[in-house]
Amino acid sequence: MTDMPHTDSATDRPTGLGGIPADWSSDQTAFKNVSWGKAMMWIFLLSDTFVFGSFLIGYMTVRMSTVVPWPNPSEVFALHIGGTEFPLLLIAIMTFVLISSSGTMAMAVNFAYRRNRKATAMLMLATAALGAAFVGMQVFEWSKLISEGARPWANPWGASQFGSAFFMITGFHGTHVTIGVIFLVIVVRKVLRGDYDNETPGFFTSRKGRYECVEIMGLYWHFVDLVWVFIFAFFYLW
Amino acid sequence: MAHSDTQKQSADGQADTADAHDEGQQHPIKTYLVVWGWLFVLSAASYWVDYAGLEGYLRWTLILIFMFLKAGLIIAFFMHMAWERLAFSYAIIFPPAALLVFVWIMSLESDYTFLSRTIFFVSGG
Repeated sequence: MTDMPHTDSATDRPTGLGGIPADWSSDQTAFKNVSWGKAMMWIFLLSDTFVFGSFLIGYMTVRMSTVVPWPNPSEVFALHIGGTEFPLLLIAIMTFVLISSSGTMAMAVNFAYRRNRKATAMLMLATAALGAAFVGMQVFEWSKLISEGARPWANPWGASQFGSAFFMITGFHGTHVTIGVIFLVIVVRKVLRGDYDNETPGFFTSRKGRYECVEIMGLYWHFVDLVWVFIFAFFYLW
Repeated sequence: MAHSDTQKQSADGQADTADAHDEGQQHPIKTYLVVWGWLFVLSAASYWVDYAGLEGYLRWTLILIFMFLKAGLIIAFFMHMAWERLAFSYAIIFPPAALLVFVWIMSLESDYTFLSRTIFFVSGG
């Protein structure tokens, strides 16, 4: 954030390694009111979009090219409760849990900008709890499927590619949720300690603490929910 | 949608953008609650598609409509994209369109694989 004089002459600019960032940052800023922290989170999420996009395209490719019938997710993920069979029940509950957590996160960002420390922390803890509940239900789902014989290379219901797509996609998404929960707890601690009111420097970037950190954290969390929207549609409902 | 948002922003005047500059994204809580409510409704609707056992093009169309509406609501309001400047929004929103080209290429490829597998299993190669 050093203010470099805008000049075309190379002589009054830093030389050597220090000249590289100095020269690259001497152009004008393209994103007028977006801080680099937020822009970088978005660019990370963009790259993550390509990762999940590639997984889903890989899933599409194996599903379209197999000559063995694809297992019916509606039946595979059904739950038997009291003699009746509910299609996709657990997955529906997981979807609602994740959407609820996105709602609490959005509210947390709102309260963060109002500098309401307690409400922010409570809403973020609720988000983390819902996220942890989601991962817990995913563990249950994985154990259930594994006990029924689902493997990445084979399963009792149809095309063997079903298992590889399922474990890869939901596993990668579950990892993202888990990392999000850890990230949330770290930010909650900073909120409660007043780091964002006192502008305490962060341990890693040494930048001044500010409530925008909560919004950036929120972007990651909403993205995890966003990915689930696509997984729910393409993997479970299709 | 993005165009109408910019118009709205300029109609609101400078106050909004100035606020956004100083204190980040601040919007009425009601906006979030309404979006949240719609996300629940849309999730319930997409679950209903499966519960009702709809099949074929009707099923796929409804799944895609509900999916894009949900994704749009999350990106526009929860992730504040509707209130960002277009230079930024477009820089993030357009690149994933490349994935559609990838989808197209891979669907051609999988049709070809399917065809050669079918021929192989029927005639033995």
